[in-house]
Amino acid sequence: MVKSINQIRDDFPILSQRVNDERLVYLDNAATTQRPTSVLNQVLSFYQTDNANVHRGVHTLAERATSDYEAAREKVRKFIHATDTAEVIFTKGCTDSLNLVAATYGEQNVSAGDEIVISIMEHHSNLIPWQQLAKKKGATLKYIGLTPDGQLDMADAANKITDRTKIVALTHASNVMGTVTPLKEVAKLAHQHGAVLVGDGAQAVPHMQVNMQELDVDFYAFSGHKMLAPTGIGVLYGKRELLDRMPPYQYGGEMIGTVTEQDSTWAPLPYKFEAGTQNIAGAIGLGAAIDYLNTIGIKQVATREQELVKLVLPELLAIDGLTVYGPQEPERHTGVISFNLGNLHPHDLATALDMEGVAVRAGHHCAQPLMNYLGLEATARASFYFYNTNEDAKRLVDALKEAKEFFRIGTI
Amino acid sequence: MGLSKLNNLYREVILDHADHPHNKGALAESTNAITLNNPTCGDEIDLQVKVGDDGLIDEIGYTGHGCTISQASASMMTEAVKGKHPSEALKMAKTFSDMAIGKEHSKEDLEELGDAQVLTSIMEFPARIKCATLAWWALQRALLKDTNEEDTDDQG
Repeated sequence: MVKSINQIRDDFPILSQRVNDERLVYLDNAATTQRPTSVLNQVLSFYQTDNANVHRGVHTLAERATSDYEAAREKVRKFIHATDTAEVIFTKGCTDSLNLVAATYGEQNVSAGDEIVISIMEHHSNLIPWQQLAKKKGATLKYIGLTPDGQLDMADAANKITDRTKIVALTHASNVMGTVTPLKEVAKLAHQHGAVLVGDGAQAVPHMQVNMQELDVDFYAFSGHKMLAPTGIGVLYGKRELLDRMPPYQYGGEMIGTVTEQDSTWAPLPYKFEAGTQNIAGAIGLGAAIDYLNTIGIKQVATREQELVKLVLPELLAIDGLTVYGPQEPERHTGVISFNLGNLHPHDLATALDMEGVAVRAGHHCAQPLMNYLGLEATARASFYFYNTNEDAKRLVDALKEAKEFFRIGTI
Repeated sequence: MGLSKLNNLYREVILDHADHPHNKGALAESTNAITLNNPTCGDEIDLQVKVGDDGLIDEIGYTGHGCTISQASASMMTEAVKGKHPSEALKMAKTFSDMAIGKEHSKEDLEELGDAQVLTSIMEFPARIKCATLAWWALQRALLKDTNEEDTDDQG
């Protein structure tokens, strides 16, 4: 990395605080990441110097705001290797992006008797929009299962995707299992059957290089706040020919061509899908977040996370009574690690870790069908990002050992 | 050391109730029943109450799952309200809910709660207050339904 870990830590002042008298170890990055000072400053500076509504005024501030907003779109385009900024739509977040596709493309193209195929490890955000669409249209919702170690079962995918399938919606990286799915292969499979592939990149874009050309997905959604940007901004990538044929998602300002008393026409892409005043500062913050990630290098981000997983996963597996869900080999695991300690409820465990200053998530992780599939009520989840230190990994392991002793797990 | 603070929450009596829950199991018959869950964490309680001819809570039982705090709280709640009149039990539920959010209560009201009063410590763990109150909410909801039915009867 160009920056040392200490320099990186200095960019995230929030990480240097103490929580419950201990130095904060923030391991809830799959829920949301922290923002570096450069992102915060960029947002502040926008409001202090350039703030105006975009695409609407002829005055200087409006011009500056528009140019900042569109510069952010170009940064996103480059980052995910989209061909054209017309294919980059700003949304409220990943959930909003996925709902957009279900409500427009799905509404238009799914009929009774059709199939929508998703995987059992989807986050509710990439599940409920399809479930409700299927219910409404009389279509069938089918689930691709997992291999015993938590990978997408490709044989099952080949069975489930048929000529009746109109949409395949699949996470690129699981927010529970810590696995990466072969999105490219599944997109190919979907295309062979005339279906489109919708990728949920919420846990992928912040952590690895994603390339829309290489993946050849039709739609791809992700959130800003999981990649150092403010909350309330997200992206939907869509292939231009598909977006062009889709009806608008919402109606109102910005997204119109002309409006008469009885009819309207729509603005060109991407504005057709950006109704109302957008989260301009959020988009600019996302642009700044991408700038920051580029100074580190997204490949280095992935390498650093892999180093942390190599360090922590074997240590976790060595704790007697601790179960890790998903792959047990570090090289097949992202920085998301779900686990349980004996029969201890993950909420009790999370409280114990919090007392040690270690922030993890506990619960069903917005993946209740996956929890049922695995026969679990809930898990604890530690999720790493490039700014976590080796010491953070050690602190997690130590805190787990303390908790194990406190709750007398495995000592009977 | 961080975990010493945990002793304030996970006291012996709480761990004991969680490990050896009282009144756990479904009742064969009940006068009031409710299923409540906490959607954020998936904790669930299926509570059954049997108010006898004497107007008192003769039997109370529950099934469900959840964290140590929610399970211990359910056990302590059932123990505290068994044999009480529903109106008394409702008063205790109110005392408990108020206690959990830090409202002051008389020593007598707190003592009424029996073992459950040790959960005063839940105030120090705001993220866990819902775990402790789930069982009491269930009690309140189950009994209030009964109260409404009585009202209807009275009018008849």
